Amino acid sequence: MMDTILLTGSVVLAALALAWPLGWYLDMAYSGRRFWVTRFLGPVEAAIYRVSGIDPAEEMSWKRYALLWLLINLAGGIFLYLLLYFQPFLPLNPQHLGSPGAGVSFNTAASFITNTDWQDYSGETALSYFSQVVGLGVQFFMAAANGMVLAVALSRGFSRAGSTGIGNLWADLTRTVIYILLPLAILLSLMLISQGAIQNFSPYLRVHLIQPFLDAGRLVTHQTLAMGPAGSQTAIEILGNNGGGFFNANAGHPFQSPTGMTNWMLMVGMLLLPFSLVFYFGRATGNRKIAFSLMGVVLLLFVPLAILSQQQDLQGNPVFHALGVTQANQAQLAGGGNMEGVEDRFGAGASALFGAIATGTSTGAANSAYDSFMPMSGFVNLFLMQLGEVAPGGVGSGLASLVGFFVISVFLGSLMVGRTPEFLGKKLEAYEMKMASLSILVMPVLVLVGSAIAVSLPGGRAAILNPGPHGFSEILYAITSPANNNGSAFGGLDADTVFYNVLTGILVLLNRYLAYFPLLAIAGSLATKKRMTATAGTLNAATPLFAIFSAVVILLVGALNFIPALALGPVAEQLSLPALHVPAALHRG
Amino acid sequence: MIRSLRTTIVLFVCLTVITGVIYPILVTGLAYLVFPYQAHGSLLEDRGKVAGSKLIGQNFTKPEFFWGRPSATSPIPYNAASSNASSLGPGNPTLVKHVAKRVAYLERMDPAEKGKRIPVDLVTSSFSGLDPDISQAAAQYQEARVAQAGGLPIRLVRALVRKNTHYPLLGFLGEPVVNVLELNLALNKAYSANVPQKS
Repeated sequence: MMDTILLTGSVVLAALALAWPLGWYLDMAYSGRRFWVTRFLGPVEAAIYRVSGIDPAEEMSWKRYALLWLLINLAGGIFLYLLLYFQPFLPLNPQHLGSPGAGVSFNTAASFITNTDWQDYSGETALSYFSQVVGLGVQFFMAAANGMVLAVALSRGFSRAGSTGIGNLWADLTRTVIYILLPLAILLSLMLISQGAIQNFSPYLRVHLIQPFLDAGRLVTHQTLAMGPAGSQTAIEILGNNGGGFFNANAGHPFQSPTGMTNWMLMVGMLLLPFSLVFYFGRATGNRKIAFSLMGVVLLLFVPLAILSQQQDLQGNPVFHALGVTQANQAQLAGGGNMEGVEDRFGAGASALFGAIATGTSTGAANSAYDSFMPMSGFVNLFLMQLGEVAPGGVGSGLASLVGFFVISVFLGSLMVGRTPEFLGKKLEAYEMKMASLSILVMPVLVLVGSAIAVSLPGGRAAILNPGPHGFSEILYAITSPANNNGSAFGGLDADTVFYNVLTGILVLLNRYLAYFPLLAIAGSLATKKRMTATAGTLNAATPLFAIFSAVVILLVGALNFIPALALGPVAEQLSLPALHVPAALHRG
Repeated sequence: MIRSLRTTIVLFVCLTVITGVIYPILVTGLAYLVFPYQAHGSLLEDRGKVAGSKLIGQNFTKPEFFWGRPSATSPIPYNAASSNASSLGPGNPTLVKHVAKRVAYLERMDPAEKGKRIPVDLVTSSFSGLDPDISQAAAQYQEARVAQAGGLPIRLVRALVRKNTHYPLLGFLGEPVVNVLELNLALNKAYSANVPQKS
């Protein structure tokens, strides 16, 4: 338990410590001001504007901003679909992998442009280096940037007064990629590679086994090692909260994350930009205290759930105990606990924490088999997504949703004490409330209706691997994750079927484009309003009390929507586990 | 609108070149320059042949070697061209069967450890199916068998285990583990020194 708290604390504190200066840096980069970094990278930015014919000073209305946002997403999606589908005709394919087919190409394109990265294929057996790097790699940057500009536009809604513009989408995207994502990704890549992550474009390597072995009567003498640019892909997959693994085993593959140290770096890396954007929001809106309030909500929701998940997995599986296995929490046992689907170098605790961060940040990467987690650890993964990806949520999209929840909380709070609802000097009216509610209601509808469809149809049920309530959890997870643009999975479910390719492909698109359009509308509406000075009658959102109140609002919305479903899945499984029948002949405990 | 479409496409192409071409080439170049060993997969050599990567486990079955964790890759265990997990839930009867079978096998093969509980990582499969490590307890559990089957003094086997144990930088930044591949390579060396000129 001590190690759990140390680990959680060290990851969160390291992310906070790095996010503070990065928040300043984001503010500088997005404001378009000149500072020392623009001396080096400014010419690249200027060259892009010149070639594309962009005037970075041109202000866009929220409708134009949103439309162009959709347009560049669409361009990326079509490009990615074609690239994947025609993979065999493209270069950098040393394994001569064929086309993944229309189903996988559509699902993957939809999923990667929306920063979901739900994967119904296995990286090393399905995709060429070209598809990975030029197809998915580009979307790792673009989808992250597309998320971050949401937060930037929203912050301008608060910081501007009497303005019809909320910034320039093209400039915001360019600045995100050049100034923020690229330098961070290069740095993290090299850190991962120094520890042993691979980085090459070689054909898969055949090596001699130290000890050949017999498999079904056949002598196996060689091992084929999958190769590739895993380091550079992993770095941006993590920083951009994308989560699409280069290999099937993602951040649990030793070539992607070779040591406990890289595991720790990846966890900090997932939290880094979501945390930085919170501090950025405080600076950009000229109210730094609101950043503490937002961060307080994030930590109030995230930390207890993350610790619960670790504690549950470290307690181990009662069934294993009955079979004569020791799962004691000792360093001797690599930390012990439930080790099914866990890598020894990370241990069960750090794996559960990784799961909580990957679902809390909408990264959806995995360093362990979430499907084999103890039921209540799987519950934490599910619940962190079902809260609407706000603890802290994906890059940009998470902050935008969190601010959406704050808008609702301010409205509720103000009505409770009979005050005019205003937030950061902007009066909140029916229009903002409608848009914020719309944005928040899209996801639960998608998850609940989607799950109902999946359990009702044979195509949905046939894909289940694990029997009993766990099978229902697999379906619930397979709907919750795409509908929150998360991308993590209970891997046992066979997701590469026509049914799931179509359903999850539609879910990722619906959530991404329905839930975030209303938030841009709020940005546009707020930017036109004039600033009100705070008076004694203003509800102050930058207080601990308000942070707790907002956290409760978020929890209530999440709980009311999802407790029935969660009760049928992980909770039922947890309750039935101790009573599970271990045949007497096997019993050793 | 046509102008906006053109700008969008040109911008997308520019950013594609930067993030999809320049970025991976730059990182690969730097990696080759500064970390060439790691970039190529941390390969190990045995008698002039590439014997695998120290980061990727292999399927050891003979009693004179240390065994790694069960692997759920298909069609063969430790298939490094297709990483995979079992994804079996904690209460799945198939998982119970797998673990029970492995427990029975280990108890039969390691009679010296009779009565001891078996370390959990020796009976559960890893996420990648390629885990190169076992826990210290899992190595200890096998020491007596390896020493006996390989005809080495147990003191030497223990020393080799200790030598191939890797500790995390700080206690909570990962777990201490024994690298099975490096350990078995060291054993192999000891065996060939023990039995010179077998043919």
